[in-house]
Amino acid sequence: MRRRHFLTAALSIPFLGTAGRLYALPAPGAPRLLIVFMRGAYDAANIVVPVSSDFYYAARPTLAIPKGQALHLNNDWGLHPALKDSLYPLWSKAQIAFVPFAGTDDLTRSHFETQDTIELGQPVGGSRDYRSGFMSRIAASLAGSDPIAFTSNLPLSFRGAKPIPNIALNFTGKPAVMGKDVELIQEMYQGSELASAVAQGFTVQEEVYQAISAERKAASRNAVSPKGFELSAQRIGILMRDKFNLGFVDVGGWDTHVNEGNADGYLANRIGELGRGLALLASTLGDDWDNTVVIVVSEFGRTFRENGDRGTDHGHGSVYWVLGGKIKGGKIAGRQIGITEAALFQNRDWPVLNDYRGLIGGVLQKAYGLDSSQLATIFPSVQPDDLALI
Amino acid sequence: MRIVRSASLLGVLYLVACAPTTTAPPPPPVPPQFHAVAESSAALDTTPTDIAVLNRLSWGAETSDAQLLKREGLQSWVNRQLNPSTDDGLPADAVGQIAAMEISQKTLVQINDEIRDMRQAVQARKGTPDFDAAQKTYQQKLNSLAREAATRSLLRDLYSRNQLKEQLTWFWMNHFNVSQNKNDLRVLIGDYEEHAIRPHVLGKFRDLLAATLAHPAMLEYLDNFQNTNGHINENYAREIMELHTMGVGSGYTQNDVEQLAHILTGMGVNMSGQPPKMQKFQRGAYFGEGLTLFNPNRHDFSDKLFLGVTIQGNGLREIDQAVAILAAEPATAHFVSRELAEYFCCDAPSTSLVNAMAASYLQNDGTIASVLRTLFASPEFKASLGQKFKDPTHYAVSALRAAYGQQVILNIQPLINWLNRMGEPLYGHETPDGYSMEEAAWSGAGQMETRFEIARMIGLGHSGLYKLPQDAGPEPAPPPQILQTHYFEAMAPNLSLATANALNKGQNPADKNLLFLASPEFMRR
Repeated sequence: MRRRHFLTAALSIPFLGTAGRLYALPAPGAPRLLIVFMRGAYDAANIVVPVSSDFYYAARPTLAIPKGQALHLNNDWGLHPALKDSLYPLWSKAQIAFVPFAGTDDLTRSHFETQDTIELGQPVGGSRDYRSGFMSRIAASLAGSDPIAFTSNLPLSFRGAKPIPNIALNFTGKPAVMGKDVELIQEMYQGSELASAVAQGFTVQEEVYQAISAERKAASRNAVSPKGFELSAQRIGILMRDKFNLGFVDVGGWDTHVNEGNADGYLANRIGELGRGLALLASTLGDDWDNTVVIVVSEFGRTFRENGDRGTDHGHGSVYWVLGGKIKGGKIAGRQIGITEAALFQNRDWPVLNDYRGLIGGVLQKAYGLDSSQLATIFPSVQPDDLALI
Repeated sequence: MRIVRSASLLGVLYLVACAPTTTAPPPPPVPPQFHAVAESSAALDTTPTDIAVLNRLSWGAETSDAQLLKREGLQSWVNRQLNPSTDDGLPADAVGQIAAMEISQKTLVQINDEIRDMRQAVQARKGTPDFDAAQKTYQQKLNSLAREAATRSLLRDLYSRNQLKEQLTWFWMNHFNVSQNKNDLRVLIGDYEEHAIRPHVLGKFRDLLAATLAHPAMLEYLDNFQNTNGHINENYAREIMELHTMGVGSGYTQNDVEQLAHILTGMGVNMSGQPPKMQKFQRGAYFGEGLTLFNPNRHDFSDKLFLGVTIQGNGLREIDQAVAILAAEPATAHFVSRELAEYFCCDAPSTSLVNAMAASYLQNDGTIASVLRTLFASPEFKASLGQKFKDPTHYAVSALRAAYGQQVILNIQPLINWLNRMGEPLYGHETPDGYSMEEAAWSGAGQMETRFEIARMIGLGHSGLYKLPQDAGPEPAPPPQILQTHYFEAMAPNLSLATANALNKGQNPADKNLLFLASPEFMRR
């Protein structure tokens, strides 16, 4: 049980205190968890397509993915063709599962509000503590966890009592502060409480740069270099393979009110890029992909019917993804209903049948062996949901 | 139409809408003027305390402010910071840049009219080949308005003699945070800072609260424009109580939030330029100034019980009453005092300090300058000097002040980029809570390394600050020589041995600049 091994191994590591993280490789075989947040509410119904629903085709005269073009998942569901060479192979290997009707109980249909809801992971309707995100509560619950946000700002989900580093993956050029200056700066901080953060900052920046320039050399031979999210995902793969075991990244650009496209077009391009990125992440992790779980979320789904601008508006239920080398994938998981007009929530959206906190809580329970009191700290008043994916 | 002017909120509204705007003609482009950093021959004769107080009460100590402080005496200088003259003492180059801005030359209503016309023109092109270009032009216009606001704000941070006032402008913008990324807030953000926040930063908290409540930026940002009788939106009401006044867990109830939401019904914005439709009997209760609107047709006129006080349902005056009640709450006095102490003193101010500040607040009708006077006089404040970790804005602005003093930059973009890269974009915080003032929020590994990279760029002196954005070619300004300034001379005795040793090992002026700006001492204020 490699996953269990992490927990026992982690418990034997003494708590490192508040003066900054000591730098250590993740325990061998330690499970890695990455949350990918699609900010802007992606149009789930056009990516994981309910091909057996006549209503889907009736509700989306210009947007629907034609049945013949959707990649076969099962009799009821098909996958967007832009994911053919990236995520579809993972489906064949049972390394990805889709959880439709997933989301939150936040009904504001505000991106902003609902992203906060997800990142805070606190009960909706109560007063919010903006200084306590669910990722930081996960980090606090896992002794020896090595968390990082692959974002220029520390995201809400990572805010909490204990400082967590963030690395902006778009500023990963050659560190210009180098050589003698690095030594002199570290000398100035010697013995101060910031010494470890300063040292780690140089190390991580240098490692990211080294890793990236190595990839660049490889890329110049192959003549194709990744960009956008693919590039970020590759960097995340390197960093989570070698250094960190609890990560977060966000990807924007999903708010498709107009000219969304169908098998081709705007959304196809965006999702294609995301899919290629995740596939690159998996291959970059190498053997460690077997010990990695990636959960892809978005704040809500979009209206099931297309609007007058060949787009979709803010909705409710979405489809979340769970990926990993050893997950029990290749299936559509969680509670489901047939997709008819009558099944729509408020006659416009997919309902939410699978709460994201239950989904993530269930993964944590299985992968890390967290007990119910620990899970209650991470997601108060929500039961973990065992979707039989781990 | 009849406009009611009895309540004090209306007075604020009037000020907001009718504040004079500068109408000076745009001056010709400012020719770059470079002089060696303005240093008189005489060394500063300041005490370490002088420099430490200057560093805390300003955006960062620099030579010319230190000279002013010395000439005036510390106590008198502090008093003047608490009671600033209307002349900010900006250098002429900065005055010229600000006067040339569209946001200085037009009222918000004029700007909004133009934006509305542009938006309609874009929509009219939908489906035509021109649409994308029109849309792009429109977005560029919004960006330009927001960039003007940011430029004006940062120029004042860098060069105003009323340094405490400018810090407080940032502080209260953060306390009453709105994000320019929502809707069309890029149009409103400059006016919000200029007319709702900046005039009140040292005055009565109640006026500040009322002015933010009357500004379209806030009414849009926290959705009160959608809060109407029968369709209650509690968003703003909740944040007023939780983030703006009393603070979470201070004793108000869900019912108080709901009652406040009902009180706020009808308070919204009017971007159309036309008065709203309403019935004849409601016209007396209507209020509209600028883009702010109180629409009686959308207001719940029933009586409310708010924080134990019965408020008669009579329209806009209900809001005034609620503002007065909130501003007078001891919980508000404590909450505001704690935040001020966190920003101007220490991450965890003592209860006794906060209590003393709150007492000052309650004795002085919520006068912010009085609260600060109590803080500045406290032993805890003195003990904290040099200890408070700079947030990114303090870091970048103080570095430019140390490097260039009053030599006015021509291109703000590098500074804006640095703030973005450090994760504290001006007007860019998405959530209503504002940026954290705690060290832990800014001192992570990646964030420290980013500071060092920025220290290096400032130290080298060719980031493009002193050439217009369209000018190609190298930076015409010479690199700064921070270690040659009187400011450095004055603060050098406070440097640790480790820092002094490192500076001695610096190989050239640029390297020494980097090391000084990267030093532990320069991370704190």
